Amino acid sequence: MPDDNLSLTAKREAAVAALADVPREPGAKKPDPILVADDVKRHFGGLLAVDVDHVEVQRGAITALIGPNGAGKTTFFNLLTGFDRANSGSWTFNGRSLHGTPPFKVARAGMVRTFQLTKALSKLTVIENMRLGATGQRGESFWRAMLPFTWRGQEDAITERAEELLARFKLDTKRDDFAGSLSGGQRKLLEMARALMVGPELVMLDEPMAGVNPALTQSLLQHVANLREQGMTVLFIEHDMDMVRDIADWVVVMGQGRILAEGPPETVMSDHKVIDAYLGAHHDQSLAELEEQLETGTLAEEVAAELGQAPAEAVPVEHTGETKDGR
Amino acid sequence: MQKLARCLGALLAGLAAVLLATPAVAQGSGETIHGTLTYQDAPVAGVTITVSSADGEEIGVAQTAADGTWEVPVPGPGDYTVVLDAATLPSTAPGVARDTIETTVNSQQRKVVLFRVGPPESGEDQPSPEQTSPPGEGGEDQPPGDGSAEAEAGEDVTATAGNNQLLQLFISGLRFGLILGLAGLGLSLVFGTTGLTNFAHGELLLFGAVAALLINQAGVPILLAVLLATLLSAVFGWGQDRGFWRPLRKKPTGLIALMIISIGVSLFLRYLTQFIIGGGRETYDQYTYQDPVEIGPVFITPRDLVIMGICVALLAAVALALTRTRMGKATRAVADNPALAAASGINVDRVITVVWTAGTALAGLSGIFFGMIQGVDYLMGMRILLLVFAATILGGLGTAWGAMVGALVVGVFIEVSAYVVPSELKTAGVLVVLILILLVRPQGILGRRERVG
Amino acid sequence: MDWGNILELSLRELIGVQAIVFALAAIGINVQFGYTGLLNFGQAAFAAVGGYGIAVIVTTYDMSFWLGLVVGIVGAIVLALLLGIPTLRLRADYLAIVTIAASEIVRLVGRSAWGRDVFGGSDGITGFSSAFYDLNPFTEPFEFGPFQFRERVLWVLVVGWVLVAVCTLVVWLLMRSPWGRVLKGIREDEDAVRSLGKNVYAYKMQSLVLGGVIGALAGMVYSLFQGAMQPDVYATNFTFFAYAILILGGAATVFGPVLGAAIVWFAFQFIDLALRGAIRQDYIPSWFMDANDTGAVRFMLTGIVLVLLLVFRPQGILGDRREIALDAR
Ligand SMILES: Nc1ncnc2c1ncn2[C@@H]1O[C@H](COP(=O)(O)OP(=O)(O)OP(=O)(O)O)[C@@H](O)[C@H]1O
Ligand SMILES: [Mg+2]
Repeated sequence: MPDDNLSLTAKREAAVAALADVPREPGAKKPDPILVADDVKRHFGGLLAVDVDHVEVQRGAITALIGPNGAGKTTFFNLLTGFDRANSGSWTFNGRSLHGTPPFKVARAGMVRTFQLTKALSKLTVIENMRLGATGQRGESFWRAMLPFTWRGQEDAITERAEELLARFKLDTKRDDFAGSLSGGQRKLLEMARALMVGPELVMLDEPMAGVNPALTQSLLQHVANLREQGMTVLFIEHDMDMVRDIADWVVVMGQGRILAEGPPETVMSDHKVIDAYLGAHHDQSLAELEEQLETGTLAEEVAAELGQAPAEAVPVEHTGETKDGR
Repeated sequence: MQKLARCLGALLAGLAAVLLATPAVAQGSGETIHGTLTYQDAPVAGVTITVSSADGEEIGVAQTAADGTWEVPVPGPGDYTVVLDAATLPSTAPGVARDTIETTVNSQQRKVVLFRVGPPESGEDQPSPEQTSPPGEGGEDQPPGDGSAEAEAGEDVTATAGNNQLLQLFISGLRFGLILGLAGLGLSLVFGTTGLTNFAHGELLLFGAVAALLINQAGVPILLAVLLATLLSAVFGWGQDRGFWRPLRKKPTGLIALMIISIGVSLFLRYLTQFIIGGGRETYDQYTYQDPVEIGPVFITPRDLVIMGICVALLAAVALALTRTRMGKATRAVADNPALAAASGINVDRVITVVWTAGTALAGLSGIFFGMIQGVDYLMGMRILLLVFAATILGGLGTAWGAMVGALVVGVFIEVSAYVVPSELKTAGVLVVLILILLVRPQGILGRRERVG
Repeated sequence: MDWGNILELSLRELIGVQAIVFALAAIGINVQFGYTGLLNFGQAAFAAVGGYGIAVIVTTYDMSFWLGLVVGIVGAIVLALLLGIPTLRLRADYLAIVTIAASEIVRLVGRSAWGRDVFGGSDGITGFSSAFYDLNPFTEPFEFGPFQFRERVLWVLVVGWVLVAVCTLVVWLLMRSPWGRVLKGIREDEDAVRSLGKNVYAYKMQSLVLGGVIGALAGMVYSLFQGAMQPDVYATNFTFFAYAILILGGAATVFGPVLGAAIVWFAFQFIDLALRGAIRQDYIPSWFMDANDTGAVRFMLTGIVLVLLLVFRPQGILGDRREIALDAR
C-alpha cells in the first residue's frame, strides 16, 4: 500500500521537528529558510494580485501553498521564478537575491518550477524532453554542437540518468513516443521528471495533481514525498486538501494576494481566517468538513438558503438569457 | 448589425450628395506628374511622354489614354524633365509647341504639365501656359483656384500652403490616418476574435478598390460603384469566413499555419488582380482631381473633407456598436476569451462571421478611398498592409481602440515626416519608428501584457 | 508545342541557380521557422544585405571582393541582432511583422534616390562580379546528355551547390545535437525551456543569426550570377516564395528546403513555358491571357499551392505526419 511509504521517515520527522517551534502565524520565521520573500507586490491594473509581506520556506520540508482560485498563487510563483516582474519587493534563495533575475538563471540557481497548465514539448520524444532538462551540457553551445565527439560521452550519461528517472516515474515504456501523445497525467509526470533533470534544490510545483486521474494521484503523491527523501525542498500549490494533509509539513494560505495563515496542516485547516477566505462567510467547520459537504451537496443548499434562493437556480441563468439572442 | 448597415447607407448617401455638388478637379498624395493632351478640344491618345530626373535618369514613360490623360509617378520631390515624343503624335496633330518641359515637383505634389499641341516653335515669345506656374517655395504663391491665369488647376494643396506646410501635412496625415483606421479595424478585430494575423488583409482593401474600379469602368457612376463595391466587400468577407476560414478553424489548424495560409490567399488575390487589371495604375473616372477649398489656414478638397467625415462617422459608429450593442459586447467578449464567451452562450461563430463581414466592408471602403487618392494598382494592398500592421501593433493588436489610435499616429507621422525625410523614405521611417516603439512598449500603446503559466 | 524542349529547359531548373538561391533562403528559414518557430518574414532583407555587401564594397568603394563577402555576412549578423534585440522577447507574430517591415526598409532605402551614391538607386549596382568569375577554373562548356552549361553558369552552379551542401550538413549536424534540441524545445514552448535553465533569448538569437547568414549567402549567389544587385528582387515575395518552398519540401526536415526549391523551380519553368507555348499556338485565347500574364499566373499558383499544402499536407513532402497530428491535440 502506498500509505506505508508515506509514514514518518527520518527526513519527515526531522522536518516536522524543525518546524515544531515555529509560531503559527503569517510570516513566521523558520529555523533554516531556503527561500525568503519580503514585500512582494504585483498589480494588474487596479487588482493587487500579490501582496506578500514576508514569507519563508523551510529547507528540507514540503510546504504547501493553498488558497482559493485567483488568490495569486500562480502569480507569486511567476514572480519568484522570474517569469513575471514584481512591482516591488525582494526575495532571496539560499541567501542570494533573485530579484530581477531572468527565469533561466533562477532555474540554474537551483529553483525549478512546473506549470499549472502542463508544458510538455509535444514534438520532442519523451526521452528528448528529459535530456533537455540536464544543465551544463557541452553540446548546447553552437560551435561544439557541430563536433559530436565533444558531447557524446556527456549525452550518454545524461540519457542514463533520464532513463532512471523515467523508470521511477513509470514512463520508461513511453521513452520514444512524442510527448504530445501522452495523457494529461503522464504529462504531469513527465514535467516533474524533467524538472528533476535540472538537479534542483527547491522544486516548485504548480498544482501537480490538477486533472490527474485519481488512480494516479497516490503514486504522484509519493513521487512528491520522495523528492524530500532525496534531499530536495518542495513548495507546491494544491487545492486537494487530502493531499496537502498527507504530505505537507507546513501550509501557507494565500487569499487575495496576501498570506493569511501558516502552520502545520491540521492547525491551518481549522483556522477561521482560512475558512473565511474560501467561503467569504463565517462557518464553524474545518475545511475538511466543508469539502465533504461540498461533495454531498449539502453546502450548496446551505449557501442557497442563506442567499434566499432555491438551490436549483444557478446564477449564470440570467447571463445566458442576455447573450442568447445577442444581436 | 442592421443599424450599422443602415448607418453606412445613410453616410454613403450623404457622401453622394456632397460630392455631386462639387466640381471634380485635382488633388492627391504621392508625387506624380500628369496632364491631359488635347488638340482643338479633342483628346489626343497614344502619345508617348517620358519623364527623366534632373541627372538624366529615366523615371517613367506614359502613353496618353483615350481621354488624353497621362500620368507618371515620380520617386519624390525634385526637378524633372518631361519630354513628349513628337513622332508618336497622330497625323491629325501638326506638332507640339515645345516638346521638352522642365519642372519642379514638391513634396506631396501631383504636378500638372501641359503640352500645347500645335505648330512647333510658335510659342516662343508667348507666355507659356503649357507649363505650370513655379512651384510654391516662398510666401508669394497664390492659392490655387483664385482665377490666376498662371496658376494652372492642379497646383498641389500642400505645395501652395507655403507657410502652413506643416499644418497642411498634418491634415493630410489625419486623412491618411482615418482611412487607415477603417482598414485597421477589420484586421484588429479578426485578430482579436480568431487569433489570425491576416496577411491577406491588404487584398481586402484591394478587393474594394478594384471592385469599384471595374463597376465604374462598366459605366456605373462612381458613387453608385462605391456603394456596390462596399456591399460586395461585405459579401466577400462573409463568404471568406463561411466558405474558407471557418472550415479551417474547425479542422483545426494552428495559428501559424493559418498565418501562412493567409499569405497564400494574399498572393493569389494580388496576382489575380494583376491578371485582371494589369500591372498599371488605374483611376476612377471622377473625383481623382478636385479643386481644394480654403478652410481657415489650410486647403482641402471637398472630396477629402467628405472622406474624412465618413471615416470619422464610421469609426464612431463602430466604437458605439462595440460598446452599446449586444453584438458589439459579444465581440469584445469573444476577443477577451473565446472559450468563456462560448460557455456563456455567445455564438462565437456568428460573432466571427459578423466581424469578418463588417471588417471586410470597412477595409473595402478604405481601399476605395485610397484608390481615389492614389489610384488603383494591384500592389496597393501590400503597400498599405504594412502600414495597417504598424498601426494595429502600435495601438496594441486585437483592440479596436488601439487600431484607431495607432492608425492616426501612423497616418500623421507618415505625412508629417515628409517634412524632414525624403518622401520616398517616409514608409521606411514609419517602420523604423514601429520597431523603436516595440522596444519600449512591446504591448503597443493600448495593449496589455499576457500572462504566463 | 515542343514538349521535348520544354521538358529539357525545365529539368535544367531542377539544379539551376534559382533553385540554389531559394534552397539557401529556405534552409535559413528552416533553421529559424522550422526548428525554432521564429517567424522571420524578412529573409529578403538578409539576402539583400548579402548582395549589397559585395556590390557596395566592390563597386562603390572599390575594395576587395573578399572584404565584400565578409561585409555581407557581418551585415547579415548585424541585421539579425538589430531585429532580434527588440522582438525576440515578444510574441511570434511581432517578429513576423517587424521582420517584414525591416525587409521593406532595406529595399526602400536601397532603391531610394537619397542613397543612390552608395546603393545605386532602383537600378542597383553592377560591375562587382569579375573577381568571382576570375576564379572560375572551367574553361569550356560542360555537356551532359541534352544539357549544356556555359563555363560561367557552371562555375556558379558548382559554387552554389557546394554552399547548399555545406549548409545542409551544418543544419544536419546541429539539429541532432543538444543545441538543436533546445531550439526544437523553444519552438514547442519557450517558457518550459526557460524553466529548465536555458537562455532562450540567446538561442533564438543564434538561430536568427544562423538563418540570416544563410539567407545572405542566397543573396550573394544570386547577385553574382546576375552580375547585378537590384533591390526590387528582394521584395517580400522573395521571402514568401522561400516559405512556400520550405513548406512544400517539409519544414523541420534537413532536405526539405532543397527538394522544395528544385521542385518549385522545375514546376515554374514548366508551367511558364507550357503556358507561353499554348498562347503562341492559340490554345489559350489571347483575350484571356497573353505572354505577359504568365508571371501573374505563376504567383497565383504559388498562392494556391501554399494554401492547399497547409490544408491538406502541412508536413510537406518529407515531413512526418505524426508530428503535425500533434498540433491538433
Ligand atoms: N497577466 C495577467 N493580467 C491580468 N490579470 C492577471 C494576470 N495574471 C493573473 N491575473 C489575475 O491575478 C489574480 C491571481 O491569479 P493567479 O493565477 O495567481 O491565481 P491562482 O491563485 O493561481 O488561482 P488558481 O488556483 O485558480 O490557479 C487573478 O485575479 C487573475 O485574474
Ligand atoms: Mg494558479
